[in-house]
Amino acid sequence: MEEGYVTEDGRKIGGVVMEMKNITLRFGGVVAIKDISFDIRQGEIRAIIGPNGAGKSSMLNVISGFYVPQEGQVLYQGKPRPQMRPYEVARQGIARTFQNIALFEGMSVLDNVMTGRLNYMKTGLFSQALWKGKAEKEETENREVVEKVIDFLEIQHIRKTPVARLPYGLKKRVELARALAAEPSLLLLDEPMAGMNVEEKEDMSRFILDVNDEFGTTIALIEHDMGVVMDLSDRVVVMDYGKKIGDGTPDEVRNNQDVIDAYLGVAHD
Amino acid sequence: MFYREAGDFKVSYQDDSQTFPIKFDRYRYYAVLAFAFLVIPFVINDYWANAILLPFLIYSIAAIGLNILVGYCGQVSLGTGGFMAVGAYAVYKLMTAFPEVSMFIHVLLAGGITALVCVAFGLPSLRIKGFYLAVATLAAQFFLVWLFNRVPWFYNYSASGQINAPERDVFGIVITGPNAASWATYFFCLIFLAFCAIVARNLTRGTTGRTWMAIRDMDIAAEIIGVNPLKAKLTAFAVSGFFIGISGALFFAVYLGAVEVGEAFGINKSFLVLFMVIIGGLGSIFGSFAGAAFLVLLPVVLKVIGVDLMGWPTDIVAHFQLVIVGALIVFFLIVEPHGLAQLWRVAKEKLRLWPFPH
Repeated sequence: MEEGYVTEDGRKIGGVVMEMKNITLRFGGVVAIKDISFDIRQGEIRAIIGPNGAGKSSMLNVISGFYVPQEGQVLYQGKPRPQMRPYEVARQGIARTFQNIALFEGMSVLDNVMTGRLNYMKTGLFSQALWKGKAEKEETENREVVEKVIDFLEIQHIRKTPVARLPYGLKKRVELARALAAEPSLLLLDEPMAGMNVEEKEDMSRFILDVNDEFGTTIALIEHDMGVVMDLSDRVVVMDYGKKIGDGTPDEVRNNQDVIDAYLGVAHD
Repeated sequence: MFYREAGDFKVSYQDDSQTFPIKFDRYRYYAVLAFAFLVIPFVINDYWANAILLPFLIYSIAAIGLNILVGYCGQVSLGTGGFMAVGAYAVYKLMTAFPEVSMFIHVLLAGGITALVCVAFGLPSLRIKGFYLAVATLAAQFFLVWLFNRVPWFYNYSASGQINAPERDVFGIVITGPNAASWATYFFCLIFLAFCAIVARNLTRGTTGRTWMAIRDMDIAAEIIGVNPLKAKLTAFAVSGFFIGISGALFFAVYLGAVEVGEAFGINKSFLVLFMVIIGGLGSIFGSFAGAAFLVLLPVVLKVIGVDLMGWPTDIVAHFQLVIVGALIVFFLIVEPHGLAQLWRVAKEKLRLWPFPH
């Protein structure tokens, strides 16, 4: 299956972008992730699901370089990734959003999204201090990219609004915009629909599908809403108590007995 | 009525990201600049220069510097007095060692030296935050004052332990020492203030400013989107130190002329500049000006009211002054924690719609 596969709706999925090999993560005596392996392929929407405390967010934090696993290997684009700081991971083209929104409250929406372009900003301090030539050109070029993202996510009207004033649903969208502005090759979404109503969820689902469709961005997401997960994702990893209990297409996962037990409970005899 | 952005269309992103995007603001800014450069130098006298204008200009530079560190990057510093002392002693050593070099270069170099010192004392910020960082910078304050008091090399082995600014000129115009004309000293400081304000504004509206604010608002998220916290914090310390060093150099060389370090650059100075930044508004260049103006003008105004109008004895007025300044600071922090800059912003929002608020 190295060359990828074709999804039900006919999209071609490429080779492996990110591979987690036997990852184990411990916090003192607590084992958050136990010997988990899975891969994320080019262009697919990969969901990680599981009951509360299963270790999903920890997994995402391992991918984005925030936690360093005690055992196992993270392979990014075929090469083992050495231990690196989160900002170095970001430079490799991995962007993410957070479960509880992590926007810069004191800045406007535009500035927030512009921070997503930091990895493309190369001019030095002196050039920026004078705001002439290269610095101004770079600012304008990146602003153009950012405006495209703002258009795409339909947040033009709040461009200059301070983030602190926005309602929850819009903040989530701005956070997605900030991640998208980085033009990531792998986008990690930590519960993008938590706390939203049905309409907002529909909007967000549409955006996620559009991002995947238009930019071909590989997406890994954590979500609790099963309806959303089953509709959106191409393949699903199911975790419970730090262990992987299922991996496959939504249909396979839905009929997996371990998964059903984890979610509905099972009689202990 | 007076303040409209309707009809003020932008056709390029450059236009949209300029310092004053609204036309009325832009013209007001040009008017203020023209007034400061073309009118004040001709009408200035010694009293106005020494009591109000020079301290205002110099403290504004210091406040902009501290605002970059505290307001934009969120790194609390109580070492401003010590860093101003570094600027003052650096410019003193440079003036006495290279008398033939222009004062412009000396002051800029003093800023550069202070930037380096500030970066060195900013290194702990990579590990500690908030109150603990404030304590660490407090250590910088006491250490630097002690250093300049105890090591005779810094004050050229003078018997009094003071430093005195020798007479120096720029293009033949004397700007330091007792013979300097008030318009010349004013002009010299004004040029540095305009330069610092423009540089600060350019940095804060661009990439560097965004990395600073990202670190201030949420450092973990900033790191995950690609901000190198080491670089962001240390550039903030460097730029802040550069401005504070310039203000310290001007404070000594142009304004006071003679300095005893514990007196001029003690912990009081650190608090004074911090109050300016807090009262003026954290994270605002305009706020730095407003805060400096407020704390420079307030004692003068109180003195005029108390001594000249009411005829009270000077010492009573001086004591009242402390009480009133303290009370006003508390009042401001309760009523408007975001400072004068926020009041100004709210006033502008109101003016935009006045007289038809719908």
